Amino acid sequence: MAEQRFQKRTVFLIAYILFALLPIYWMVNMSFKTNEEILASFSLLPQHFTWANYARIFTDASWYSGYINSLIYVAINMVVTLVVALPAAYAFSRYSFLGDKHLFFWLLTNRMTPPAVFLLPFFQLYTTLGLMDTHIAVAMAHLVFSVPLAVWILEGFMSGIPREIDETAYIDGYSFPRFFLTIFLPLIKAGVGVAAFFCFMFSWVELLLARTLTSVNAKPIVATMTRTVSASGMDWATLAAAGTLTIVPGAIVIWFVRHYIAKGFAMGRV
Amino acid sequence: MKPVNQKAWWLVLPVFLCVAFSAVLPLMTVVNYSVQDIISPDRRVFVGTEWFAAVMRDSELHEALLRQITFSLAVLAVEIPLGIGLALSMPATGWKSSAVLVVVALSLLIPWNVVGTIWQIYGRADIGLLGAALQQLGIDYSYTGNARDAWLTVLVMDVWHWTPLVALLGYAGLRSIPDAYYQAARIDGASKFAVFRYIQLPKMRGVLMIAVLLRFMDSFMIYTEPFVLTGGGPGNATTFLSQFLTQKAVGQFDLGPAAAFSLIYFLIILLMCFILYTWMQRVGTADNAEAGHG
Repeated sequence: MAEQRFQKRTVFLIAYILFALLPIYWMVNMSFKTNEEILASFSLLPQHFTWANYARIFTDASWYSGYINSLIYVAINMVVTLVVALPAAYAFSRYSFLGDKHLFFWLLTNRMTPPAVFLLPFFQLYTTLGLMDTHIAVAMAHLVFSVPLAVWILEGFMSGIPREIDETAYIDGYSFPRFFLTIFLPLIKAGVGVAAFFCFMFSWVELLLARTLTSVNAKPIVATMTRTVSASGMDWATLAAAGTLTIVPGAIVIWFVRHYIAKGFAMGRV
Repeated sequence: MKPVNQKAWWLVLPVFLCVAFSAVLPLMTVVNYSVQDIISPDRRVFVGTEWFAAVMRDSELHEALLRQITFSLAVLAVEIPLGIGLALSMPATGWKSSAVLVVVALSLLIPWNVVGTIWQIYGRADIGLLGAALQQLGIDYSYTGNARDAWLTVLVMDVWHWTPLVALLGYAGLRSIPDAYYQAARIDGASKFAVFRYIQLPKMRGVLMIAVLLRFMDSFMIYTEPFVLTGGGPGNATTFLSQFLTQKAVGQFDLGPAAAFSLIYFLIILLMCFILYTWMQRVGTADNAEAGHG
């Protein structure tokens, strides 16, 4: 019985992984072809294998600087988000205070506006502040959706931790910062891992705001990619190569946070 | 009950400032636009609720809204169960869990415009894997010509793109269930389903609520992927709300009606999220009460 269940799960998992990987395989496949080959024929493997698309990205500063710019503002965004969201999530999960429920829901409402609406106001705001075309501007604009998300995710995980753990620690003479960093954080590792990954992900792929707030110095890779659509038609091959490369940093991030996500709760630690 | 502690505001204040800075001013600007007719930057006329009335009567909008609701409900109906199933099937330990975790997360990391472009090729019958495979199976499939195919392609693309979000949240939620719960269930001789229904599901409630709300609001605002894939067509089959809005705001330079429209849009999402949130909280509390009695 248990054997059979296990197999059903594995079959389901493998089926899903196939479904998940096939479009990515097709993108990687395209990235090693020339445009002519992509449009001319159907082939499971590149017939005229070429590195040219990757070479173009790695040798052209306007391409690879896009990756660097994106990484800079995503990193700023991730750090600021986690630093402000952790204490706030703790407050929401442990205490009630004036307006807590309203504030909590209000945070999420900031994710509910179509970003297209905010382009013009954001543009005006950041021009007034003299922050246009800086990494800080994009990182700050992205806080609007990354902070609420992080607070919600972290609050969910923190609420799963029994309050007795806090009380025991205080009785044992732990100060709040020491308790928070040495006892509490390790308990919600999974939540921190997921929150960090989602901050990275949403900031990394966001296009509209990042494109509006930058022109040259902080131009992100997602905006650079829109260049592949031109009058002479679509540059499918370069886009596929650039798309393949955009997966890499995120895959590295998830590789680093995987232990946090997979380990989760360990009662024995306290 | 949680203890009352007004000092907790100090912990929340940084978050409040960060978000308010970038959210309140733009929102005020939009409200400001929505009640004016902007003829030129210097000439504006106050028109009150005229734009709101005009937008509400727009029959094209009603169609787009209906399409949008159908699409978002379909997205939730597929992605939430699939994501939970996936989270339950993913191995818990070892190198396999790491590998599966990375593979599952991959589709989330592709920029949205690239997602649309990839599926554009992927779905083509002559040069794409999916299109060619369906053709081989004898299915006459074309996402550019057939409205139903286009709609289904956008749905499948969204499932492919976003189910990992539900799965990752659910997976992390599962991992944070203490072993003691499972041991207790084993002693009680609980069935697999009972473990799922009375331990795993309630413990995942927090993260699943986030998953449902996120998927709802993001699918309700879906823009880039269908825009790149189908351009809203064929006909209007995949013209969802935000594309309609963008046509108004950018295409026709109608700032006033566009602002009024976006406020209504925002209120619809807000209302539906609030209903989902309240409903899921109530279900959760009922569960807890039941567990308390049992």
